[in-house]
Amino acid sequence: MSCKFCKTKPVITLTNNKINLCKSCFIKYFERKALKTIKQYKLLEKKDNVVCAVSGGKDSLSVLNLLIKLKDKMNLTLTALLIDEGIKGYRNKSIENAKKFCKEKNIKLEIASYKENFGKTLDSMKKKNKNTIACSMCGVFRRSLLNKKSRELKATKLATGHNLDDEAQSILMNQLRHNIALSSRLGPITGVKRDPRFIPRIKPFYFLTEKEVATYAFLHNLVNDFNECVYCEESYRFEIRDLLNDMEQKHPGTKHALVASFIEVLPLLKNKFKDIEIRSCKNCGEPSSSEICNVCQIIKKII
Amino acid sequence: MPKFILEKEGATKQLEVITLKEAYQKLKINPTTVLATRNNELIIESTKLKPKDEIKIIPVISGG
Repeated sequence: MSCKFCKTKPVITLTNNKINLCKSCFIKYFERKALKTIKQYKLLEKKDNVVCAVSGGKDSLSVLNLLIKLKDKMNLTLTALLIDEGIKGYRNKSIENAKKFCKEKNIKLEIASYKENFGKTLDSMKKKNKNTIACSMCGVFRRSLLNKKSRELKATKLATGHNLDDEAQSILMNQLRHNIALSSRLGPITGVKRDPRFIPRIKPFYFLTEKEVATYAFLHNLVNDFNECVYCEESYRFEIRDLLNDMEQKHPGTKHALVASFIEVLPLLKNKFKDIEIRSCKNCGEPSSSEICNVCQIIKKII
Repeated sequence: MPKFILEKEGATKQLEVITLKEAYQKLKINPTTVLATRNNELIIESTKLKPKDEIKIIPVISGG
């Protein structure tokens, strides 16, 4: 029951191969794996202007922590961008955590809110539309605002803290809902084809599990508590997450296998959907696959 | 008996167990969804527990 490499006290057992690692060996393993993903999928280039989406939670502060380590070596420009959805009792706590971290690390933090950009907080949208699932509105608004603000900041890459668990959930959700076109936009670097209106989103933690990211965050003292969004239980993703966690417990390696299988077919999916035209929303001008973008459609329906 | 502080549930339980793995089984906790600490240091499933140990069980799931 000691670290596989240095025989000291372990802090984690890796789920897919049952290897025990101590603090120092785990941090080395974690950062090497993220760097391998960055290199293999060309997530970063020297002098990239990187906007890092932060929420103040474990995933985003861990990815920002890693990017800070790479900043000078790769001559990156680095800005943190936080989206304030307006979720009382959840987001206000994590905003303080993000502010504190960015101040300590001397990273510029930009904050964009739903209230300023869409006229209402998520709490008030939900209050007026009790039967609408919060996550389905929130995901669309957040992705759109992250892209728009990153473009305004002239970013060349938008980094997110998405981990292997998030990606496994998205893959399975899209399969079960027959949303293959959405799956074609997944992967360590998103998008089917380059378009200057879309900032490529990069996921350095693509092959690291949620537990590994939480362990990294804990060992770096990045978060005080691992809060769950108050609307989380409403979502389909929540059900898929529990299902995958049950499978992982019974059959270790399930999530890795699902993502690895997906990566093999991803080039075929990207090729299949490469000719889909990206238009400009008639209402707001943002890029959209239809005449009116999803954001404007939701706003019209619920606000 | 070691004491377990369940952060998600805001509850404390005492269990007669030898390892953390046994505690997870008794508490019906999926180990892939939590971190466990003793004296603010991470411990793994096979860790042997002592009667006076106080173990914090922290959910790793965040966001939405």
